[in-house]
Amino acid sequence: MTDVLTPAPPEPELDEAPMRPTVKPSGGDRVFLGVTKAAGFSTFVIMAAIGIFLLKGAWPILQREGLGFFTQFEWNPSVDGGSFGVAAVIYFTIAIAIVAMAMAVPLAIATALFINEYAPRRVRPGLVAMIDLFAAIPSIIYGLWGSAVAAPHLVGISDWLDTHLSFIPIFRSTSNSYDGSTFIAGCIVALMIMPIATAVIREVFAQAPVVEKEGALALGGTRWGMIRTVVLPFGKGGIIGGSMLSLGRALGETIAVALLIIPIFAPHLSVTERGSNSVGALIAIKFSEAGPRELSALIAAGITLFAITLVVNFVASFIVARSRSGAATEG
Amino acid sequence: MTDVSPHDIEQFSPDDDVPRAPRTMLPDDWGMLAGSALAAVGLMWTLFLRLLPVHSSVGTWFLTWLVFLAIYGYVVRQVHGRLAAKDRIVAAALSSVALILFGLLLLIVGYVVVKGIGGITSAFFTQTLEKVGPLDPETKGGALHAILGTLMQLTMTVIISVPLGITTAVFLNEVGGRWARPVRTLVDAMSGVPSIVAGLFIYSALILSLGWGFSGFAASLALAVLMLPTVTRTTEVVLRLVPGGLREAALALGAPRWRVVLQVVLPTARSGVSTAVILGMARAVGETAPLILTALGTSIVNNNIFKGAQASLPLYIWGLIRSSDGGQQQRAWAGALALITLVLVLFTLARLLGRPRRRDGVEEHGTVTSLAGLDAAFDRFHLSGERASSMTYDTADHHHDRTRHDAAPDPDPEDRP
Repeated sequence: MTDVLTPAPPEPELDEAPMRPTVKPSGGDRVFLGVTKAAGFSTFVIMAAIGIFLLKGAWPILQREGLGFFTQFEWNPSVDGGSFGVAAVIYFTIAIAIVAMAMAVPLAIATALFINEYAPRRVRPGLVAMIDLFAAIPSIIYGLWGSAVAAPHLVGISDWLDTHLSFIPIFRSTSNSYDGSTFIAGCIVALMIMPIATAVIREVFAQAPVVEKEGALALGGTRWGMIRTVVLPFGKGGIIGGSMLSLGRALGETIAVALLIIPIFAPHLSVTERGSNSVGALIAIKFSEAGPRELSALIAAGITLFAITLVVNFVASFIVARSRSGAATEG
Repeated sequence: MTDVSPHDIEQFSPDDDVPRAPRTMLPDDWGMLAGSALAAVGLMWTLFLRLLPVHSSVGTWFLTWLVFLAIYGYVVRQVHGRLAAKDRIVAAALSSVALILFGLLLLIVGYVVVKGIGGITSAFFTQTLEKVGPLDPETKGGALHAILGTLMQLTMTVIISVPLGITTAVFLNEVGGRWARPVRTLVDAMSGVPSIVAGLFIYSALILSLGWGFSGFAASLALAVLMLPTVTRTTEVVLRLVPGGLREAALALGAPRWRVVLQVVLPTARSGVSTAVILGMARAVGETAPLILTALGTSIVNNNIFKGAQASLPLYIWGLIRSSDGGQQQRAWAGALALITLVLVLFTLARLLGRPRRRDGVEEHGTVTSLAGLDAAFDRFHLSGERASSMTYDTADHHHDRTRHDAAPDPDPEDRP
């Protein structure tokens, strides 16, 4: 690259390291570069392998059912060699995630504000550590507690919602039975994703410029006025990012949902009515007794879930990237 | 805010030689808070238990809470005006919601401890479920096979994912080039892969296509797929915190790049990287869904991770809790307690390692104490690029608070009139 006859050496092409000398890498460095590049490319290999092997496993059923796999409600391995449709399961998966988000996001914002703005300074690091710990508690624990302790109470609330708010279609239940419902699963999933959403949102709220916060207070604003005019607008990107991250979690949640729901394949609008489903729970419950054809259908359901979470994640990073750049008002 | 009574003026007069600390509650404030709470509870008690035949404990408490907020807002408004009332209602609402949530989450942990502690006997650690049926007494049989399986699978997961994850992070941060961006995007996408999908992938690839059969190794591979992006992302954040001056100094002394990375960059970031790894382990150890499809679970000790179904703590719980038998459920709760303890131990270890400290006069860089907060940090670094190398990252908020405190001696001015 460098020519002895050229008086001025060309600008180094490496974009971010102006200090790096433009010499030929030594033997050790060539090995180093090769190994690290191989590690980087292994990410491509793994992601491609996930796609390829899932498609390979799902191929028999996709060929057999065609697009009907995504539009049919029925999931019955026993009739006529099996009839498999994933529409109802996808519907319930999204319904549980929406119920969970509707509860978890406001609660996460409230908790994040409490930790940053209201809790005494001395206990703040302890609360942050607790939130991180709750985010690390395995989902099977939430599922156990949910089915043993919370579910009976949630059935009571479902009854109350059905009795008093039945003019809202999603609370109306045609049967008077409320167990294993979308609402119950959604509540426990909300509790599960709340810590991770809180952690992300709190982290962004903590970056709100101190000068602007103090300015709001110095102008005579109340604490709530300061939060409303400085912290919340600044943290918008964090709220969206935290929400989308937890939406991805909620969609992929398996074990807690599997322990809480009564699996059904007939979709209904009501969230309080008995029975629900989710892709993860379907796979976990059906896997051990599935024949080859049902296994293929389960893998096809898994690839559908994979595609949905990929889309959610890409949309999330896109939104966060856009809103974050606008919100970076700090000097 | 609008009505200032003579009493208030006297209270805040400059003659008062003891300055009032900001955000303290005066006796009147406590009085208003406690009075409103008592009034709400009293009203709801009369209404629901005396007059109406409605008994829904959670719903009643929720309504009591709303009534409390309304009464409290009304009282504060009478004394301090509309703005103060709004502020106080929000403060009361946010604080009570947060405290209830913290209480609820502590309750979950406490419930597992109470339910599980009875099942933690010496048999739990020394016996298996090999010859135990539902009718056997609870003192018989244990989770030895599950504990061994979990430890083996966790070790194998670390062996696979940690070197690969760290090398990928080195590629992203120290090597770079035009492939760094797509790799980073894919690592991000990979971190969103649901755990059951990782399990299905390994099942489809190893067990269906290659015909390897269920094994602990397959489980470790599935867990490694889940842990890899965590290790890569967190390590990359930590590596960005290593001051560029250290690298430049080493390069200026004539060190080749591999030595700079191995002997300067990675050792400087050691505590941060090990914290990241342990937090990743804490998350992987509780994963149940991928194990159902890969390790399958068994009731005997299987010491060969490469061959045959293997048990693990999450699978132990999953297998027993769906039984209607009380003894089996008791065993499942004991398993849950063991699992939660393992997570707690790993978590505490991570925090101890990640604590900012000085050693040999050199401050270690790249301290990370929270995995969840890293998601936010990662996005921040991701977007701000160059600025990153000069920033220190501390989720515990010490740093922010300290600088804020130095800059302004009274960082939280009283917002009360």
